[in-house]
Amino acid sequence: MNARAIVLAAVRNALDGSGVPTPEPSPRAYRIGGAVAARSADAVDLFVDRLEDYRATVVRTTSADLPAAVAAALRDVASVVVPAGLDPSWVHTARAAGVEVQVDDSTAPRTHAELDAVAAVLTSSRVAIAETGTIVLDGQPDQGRRVLTLLPDRHVCVVAASQVVGSVPEAVRLLAPHPDRPLTWISGPSATSDIELVRVEGVHGPRDLRVLVVRDA
Amino acid sequence: MSTHLGMPTVRPMPAHAPDEPLRWGQPFPAAAHDTLRDTQLRANLRTATRTIRDKRLAVTAELPDWEDLRDAGAGIKASAMAALPELLEQLEVSVQARGGQVHWARDAAEANRIVTGIVQATGAREVVKVKSMVTQEIGLNEHLAAAGIQATETDLAELIVQLAGDMPSHILVPAIHRNREQIREIFDARMGDAPDGLTSDPAALAAAARAHLRARFLRAEVAVSGANFAIAQTGTIGVVESEGNGRMCLTLPRTLITVMGIEKVLPRFEDLEVFLQLLPRSSTGERMNPYTSTWTGVTPGDGPQEFHLVLLDNGRTRALADEIGRTALHCIRCSACLNVCPVYERTGGHAYGSVYPGPIGAILTPQLLGVGETGVLDPHDPAASLPFASSLCGACYDACPVKIDIPTALVHLRDRVQHPPGRRARPTVWSVALGFVALSMRSRRTFRWAGRIVTVLSWVLPRRVRRLPFPGSLWTASRDLPPLPRQTFRDWWSAR
Repeated sequence: MNARAIVLAAVRNALDGSGVPTPEPSPRAYRIGGAVAARSADAVDLFVDRLEDYRATVVRTTSADLPAAVAAALRDVASVVVPAGLDPSWVHTARAAGVEVQVDDSTAPRTHAELDAVAAVLTSSRVAIAETGTIVLDGQPDQGRRVLTLLPDRHVCVVAASQVVGSVPEAVRLLAPHPDRPLTWISGPSATSDIELVRVEGVHGPRDLRVLVVRDA
Repeated sequence: MSTHLGMPTVRPMPAHAPDEPLRWGQPFPAAAHDTLRDTQLRANLRTATRTIRDKRLAVTAELPDWEDLRDAGAGIKASAMAALPELLEQLEVSVQARGGQVHWARDAAEANRIVTGIVQATGAREVVKVKSMVTQEIGLNEHLAAAGIQATETDLAELIVQLAGDMPSHILVPAIHRNREQIREIFDARMGDAPDGLTSDPAALAAAARAHLRARFLRAEVAVSGANFAIAQTGTIGVVESEGNGRMCLTLPRTLITVMGIEKVLPRFEDLEVFLQLLPRSSTGERMNPYTSTWTGVTPGDGPQEFHLVLLDNGRTRALADEIGRTALHCIRCSACLNVCPVYERTGGHAYGSVYPGPIGAILTPQLLGVGETGVLDPHDPAASLPFASSLCGACYDACPVKIDIPTALVHLRDRVQHPPGRRARPTVWSVALGFVALSMRSRRTFRWAGRIVTVLSWVLPRRVRRLPFPGSLWTASRDLPPLPRQTFRDWWSAR
């Protein structure tokens, strides 16, 4: 017998001999919705509050002002990489201001060394969670490959107010139809509590997280 | 173990490298005796556990449905265990359907062989690692080193532990036994490219680790990770972390090898909504940890293009067969039970002699090893002493996000150590003494006579006995004998 058959047989044997009755279906009395309604002004306020608690930088803007807000968030960097599916109008102002805009295309993906040398990355997002201050990326063309948001030290992330849900279960249910997409849940800049359990922001991931929350004017 | 320069300033903790990750050092009472003498360690632990306890209480109190989430977590884990064979088969199919390869390992040696073989097939001589309890459990780094492959731990605390030549002493913060000044010394002595004039400021130490590891991440061809959960229905694997070292390992290399215990499987994708609330709030006391990554097999053009999942038993089926002890397999490795445990806070993790310390380790380690089940039971086996390493105060049960009744499991395992099924335990002073107690309580008559003997002794012995002759000295070593009563309770009662 191979290891697979032996392990599975050991599992079955353990269950048969344990005398534990099959458990009742799991109780699921927890909340599905959050304390704030999805996509409400309260949800956006709570989301911003939680993000700032993680020491992320948050800027509220409108879709008309977004290119200017992007330019402001990139004012002090030389270069930014964007995924191929990102709305090109978002970077017009920054490009005009002299920021080099690199596009990561699946036909000509940038090398890790190239991405490591870029100062910032600009992406969209899939969903955001107010209660936990979390942004979820699902690797679609407006967010790009996972490595894009990992190597540059500044991540500028655009979240539409209409993407902000209240709770974790609301977000999971929104993501569940596409479990095969690689997900990255981001809650603030990279951090560690490994030294005396003191939280320090900035280890391996982007040390500078800037979130642009867009409310349609 | 990686190469050490052998600087005398950094002394590994424990002093001698253990042979077995799950069973090393002395039995708990002797080991605790040693660690309790380390006042620096106790100060480090007191500060750290108090900080994390307050944070955990603040963020769990924020959720009005925290108890409902705990019930759901416990229920999902119990039903996953009941359906484990089907879930594992389903997980295998889901992972393979998305281009991943699935391997099965009966024990640590088999898992190490599989991982080493995969790394060798890629031709790589070094691997980067995400913090993982299960690869600590199987001693993977040492095994890879023996095959000429260097494994670099990338989690900050694991890096500290690896550089110092220590064993981890906490599930979440393996270097909790080291304070900032000690960590500065370790980096200074053992990290080749530590900056000159490195200070003990945690931010400076974290920056030094970032610089040290960035080049390794960029050139790594193979990464090894554990898994916080694996979804049977979809084949999705998840890793929960803080620093971004996990994302680096899960994204940059061409080949990813994930080793997971078979108990980590969850039935459905939606189950994540429970565990992604329970885990971060219980472990680091945050509303959400900075980064969580999930992936399903291989994603073309994004991340590793070769994915291997190693499913490990290593004693888990043995624990599963025990109707009470099996709840230890529900553990999601948050470490809340360590942080609230009065015993752990004082003795530290190394006293437990296992990579799984604290209350959960006290019930998990002996079961993974099969203590009290097979072979001749040695009452001096370090792992057999672990179920006794508790005051049974119950704080761990209250803190556990999946409601593992650790005190009940501890008592159950104590009984199993004393009375292993189907065989006689070697008698100890303790078991003989308890045998007399049991005898005296057998009937009303014997109990009355036992009481009379004690009252007679109370006139013979001095009022205060501080030290009994051996074997009674084992008992009086840490306490006084209470004054013997002059009258039994029954006599006192009938005289009223």
